[in-house]
Amino acid sequence: MSPKTLFDKLWDSHVVHSVENGPDVLYIDRHYIHEVTSPQAFNGLESRGIPVFRPERTLATADHNIPTKDQHLPISEELSRIQVETLISNCTKHGIELFGMQHPNNGIVHIIGPELGYTQPDMTIVCGDSHTSTHGAFGTIAFGIGTSEVEMVLATQCILQTKPKKMRIVINGNLQKGVSSKDIILYIISRISASGATGYFVEYAGNTIGTLSMEARMTICNMSIEMGARGGLIAPDEVTFEYLRNHVDRIKDPGIEDKITKWKSLKTDEGALFDKELAIDASELKPMITFGTNPGMGIPVDGSVPDLKSVNKENLDSYRKSLDYMGLAPGMKIAGQKIDYVFLGSCTNGRIEDFRAFASVVKGKRKAPGVTALLVPGSRKVEEQAKKEGLDKILEDAGFELRQPGCSSCLAMNEDKIPAGKYAVSTSNRNFEGRQGPGARTMLASPVTAAAAAITGVISDPREFIN
Amino acid sequence: MPGAKFTILESTCVPLPFENIDTDQIIPARYLSATSREGFGDNLFRDWRYGKTGESERDFILNNPRYKGEILIAGKNFGCGSSREHAVWAVYDYGFRAVVSSFFADIFRNNSLNNGLLPVVIPEEYLQKILVLVQNEPETVMKIDLEKQVLEVPSAHILLDFEINPYKKECLLKGLDDIDYLLSMKDKIAQYEKKKY
Repeated sequence: MSPKTLFDKLWDSHVVHSVENGPDVLYIDRHYIHEVTSPQAFNGLESRGIPVFRPERTLATADHNIPTKDQHLPISEELSRIQVETLISNCTKHGIELFGMQHPNNGIVHIIGPELGYTQPDMTIVCGDSHTSTHGAFGTIAFGIGTSEVEMVLATQCILQTKPKKMRIVINGNLQKGVSSKDIILYIISRISASGATGYFVEYAGNTIGTLSMEARMTICNMSIEMGARGGLIAPDEVTFEYLRNHVDRIKDPGIEDKITKWKSLKTDEGALFDKELAIDASELKPMITFGTNPGMGIPVDGSVPDLKSVNKENLDSYRKSLDYMGLAPGMKIAGQKIDYVFLGSCTNGRIEDFRAFASVVKGKRKAPGVTALLVPGSRKVEEQAKKEGLDKILEDAGFELRQPGCSSCLAMNEDKIPAGKYAVSTSNRNFEGRQGPGARTMLASPVTAAAAAITGVISDPREFIN
Repeated sequence: MPGAKFTILESTCVPLPFENIDTDQIIPARYLSATSREGFGDNLFRDWRYGKTGESERDFILNNPRYKGEILIAGKNFGCGSSREHAVWAVYDYGFRAVVSSFFADIFRNNSLNNGLLPVVIPEEYLQKILVLVQNEPETVMKIDLEKQVLEVPSAHILLDFEINPYKKECLLKGLDDIDYLLSMKDKIAQYEKKKY
C-alpha cells in the first residue's frame, strides 16, 4: 500500500459514498451547535417535517450572543434573548444535550468540546462556526460549516464535501522565552497571507509541536481558518493521550484506554505526499502583533509597519484602506503605540493556560491608567480553575476583573464592544474592520503581549516582563 | 435560497475592487440575532453603506445610483472569515444572484452554492480588467451561462470559461438541494454506522 497522510486516513474512513464527479458523503461523528447558526437549520427540518437523525451526536451551547456579566438575569437585548430561548426550545424538542448559560459545563463551543472529553482523535467534527478547526489539535478532522450544512448534519448525520488538498507545515526548534503558539500561527499567516491555505487542509508537524500543550496546539489549529485553510490537524501523541485521560468522563466513556492504544497508530506514513509543504524555524520567532485589518498583516512586536514600497501595486488600495482604518502610518515602529483596550479570551486564547500566562506578567504590577480590560474565560470550568489557582486575586490586585464566560468581544455580538477609533490588543483571532465593534481597531497578539500592553498602556515587548 | 435555480443571468454589475472582503464586512455580527433567513439584505455591507449615525455613505458603491445589477464583482478571497451563512443570505436578499472574483473562501463558496448564489471564479488579470471597465462604464452588461459554463462581457469581447463541480451545477440548474440527496442515502448511512459502531 502506498503511504498515506493522516488526513487521508481520517477522511477516507468517514466516506459513506462518493458521488460520481461530485463530492463525498462524509459521516460526522460529532456535531456542535450554538444559538447563532442553528435556528434556521431547525426551521428547515420543521418545514420538511423531519426529525433530528442522531440527536446523541449533537451537543449544544450558548456562547456567541450572551452577556459576560450578570448571567443570572434575563438577557436584556430582546433579539439575543429570543435567539438563546430558541436554542433551548429546539434542543428540548429534539432531545439534544445543551449546556446553556449558567450550566457548570457552559462555555465557548471550541473550549468545552475538548474540555469535557467530547472531542477525541479519529473523528470528524463539524460546527456552524469557522473556528471548529480548533478540534484538529486532537488528530481529528474538524471544520466549520454553514447553516444549510448544519441542517444536513441534523437531518442525516452526513455532509456533502469535496476533499481538500493537503499541506504540511513542519515547525522545528525551541521557542524563545515570551514566544507562544499564538506567535507561531500569527507568523505563519503573515508569511503565507490570509488566503495562503485556501483549498487546503493543513497538518502541523515537527518537534516544536511535540513540546506544546494541548491548549497551545488548539490555538494553532484554531487560526488555520485565518489563512483560508479548511482545517488544521496535529497527530495525537502522549500529550494528547494524557489530556484525554484527564478530561474524558470514564463513566460515559469507559473504553478510553483501549481507544488510546488504537490511536497510537494515527499518523502520516513516512513518504506520504502533500500538495504543498512549508518549514518554519521556531527558534527565530519573536512575539507577533497585527497592524492591519486581516490576520495576515502581522509583524514582530519590535518591528515596523511595512512601508508602501514593499506592497504589490494591485494590493496598494486595499493596503492604504487598511492602514487608514487603523490610523497607523507606513514605516512606523509598532512598539510604543498607545492602546485603549485589552481583550483576553475567545476560542483562540480563552483557556486556563492563557489566564496563567496573562497573570504571570501582570502579577505585582498595575493596569495602566486609561486602559479598559475585558478578561473573559472561555468556559465556566476555566473560570472555576482560575479562581482555584488564585489567579482572580492576582488579577484583582493588579486592577483587573474576571468576567463570565462567552465569545464576548471577539465578535462583539453582545454589549462587550470596543468603541469606534479605540485601539484594542486582543488575544482573539480576527482583526477585521468592525469585528470588535463599529470602528474598533484590533491588534491581535498572544496573552503575554496583551498583558504587557495592559500594564504599560502601549504596545510593548512582553520579553521585557518575563523572567 | 435553498432550492433556487440558476440558469442564465444577464445583468449590469456592481464593482467592489477590494481584496479579502470578509463576512464581517458583508454582514456584521451584531445583525446576526435573527432566527429566520429573511431580511439580511437591509444590512448588507452595513458599516460601509451607512456612517456612524446611520446616514448613507455617499462614496460607497451601493449608494451610487449609477451602479446596480444582479452581479457583484469583488477582489480576491471574497467571503473569508466567519462561516456565517447569513453573509450569503444578505447578498442574495439584496438582489445579487452571482458573485464574480478571482478567488473565494471555501466556506462562503459552499454556502453560496447551497443557496442558489453562483460564485464565478475568473483569472485575476481578467478580474482587474473587468473591475476597471465596470467602474468606468456602469452600463456594461455581463452574461453568465451556467449550462455552458461561460462568462461573457460582449462590449469588451471578453469570453471566459469557468469551472464548477458537475454535481453542484446539476443541483443549481434543476433547483435541487443536498438535503434531498442525503435523505435518499439514509440506508447507506445506517449501514455505515452499523459497520463502524
